[in-house]
Amino acid sequence: MADHTLDAKGLNCPLPILKAKKALKEVPDGGTLEILATDPGSVADFEAFSRTTGNELLEHSEEGGVYRFLLKKTA
Amino acid sequence: MSSETAGGNNIDPNTMSIIVTKGTLDWAYPPFILGSTAAAMGLKVTMFFTFYGLGLLLKDLDLKVSTLGNPGMKMPMMGMHMGMPNLVSAIPGVDRMATTMMKNMIKKKGVASIPELREMAVEAECRLIACQMTMDLFEYSTDDMIPGLEIGGAATYIEVATQSHINLFI
Repeated sequence: MADHTLDAKGLNCPLPILKAKKALKEVPDGGTLEILATDPGSVADFEAFSRTTGNELLEHSEEGGVYRFLLKKTA
Repeated sequence: MSSETAGGNNIDPNTMSIIVTKGTLDWAYPPFILGSTAAAMGLKVTMFFTFYGLGLLLKDLDLKVSTLGNPGMKMPMMGMHMGMPNLVSAIPGVDRMATTMMKNMIKKKGVASIPELREMAVEAECRLIACQMTMDLFEYSTDDMIPGLEIGGAATYIEVATQSHINLFI
């Protein structure tokens, strides 16, 4: 289970990223944040966000048009 | 020639500046999207608002789009994408209608509003600089604008640019 879950479904670029950044503040160091999104662009964006910020993208998957990302707060 | 220019090679790669020159609803998006996202990705962001861009710092935003002289603007209408001939755009009320349509689309597609993006940029501690010359030219007062702005001119921006890895003009 993730420490926090962010429901970003229905939101378009760049809101899933902006809200994820905010939500990460509530996550303890080393903890995880689960993000649910429907924006197909969020796949590339969360990968880029992870590479740039150093927060590790542990998993990402898609089911029924909902993308699920699991970020580990490392930065 | 000396290579010891201001900033030199020690520029932090995670720095960005944006010159914001346009004040319509459509053109307000690129600077606020990129500024807020860059800040969320840990970059130090400075935005310099000049000319029509300065209006984006007003407390009360009433942003509009114009179809006039904008052949690239094609809205989904009646099952296709339609542009507006200039002759039609010039009719009073057409821009207002196009603006309402655009705002409805923005809401429907889950796109952030400009006040929302601007607030996130402020929250993320983007440095916002209002151009003094434009303030004088268009008779704006800081009382009409959101709090927390810096006031500066061309030299202020140039100094920022010499310290920024990414410099954008929008």
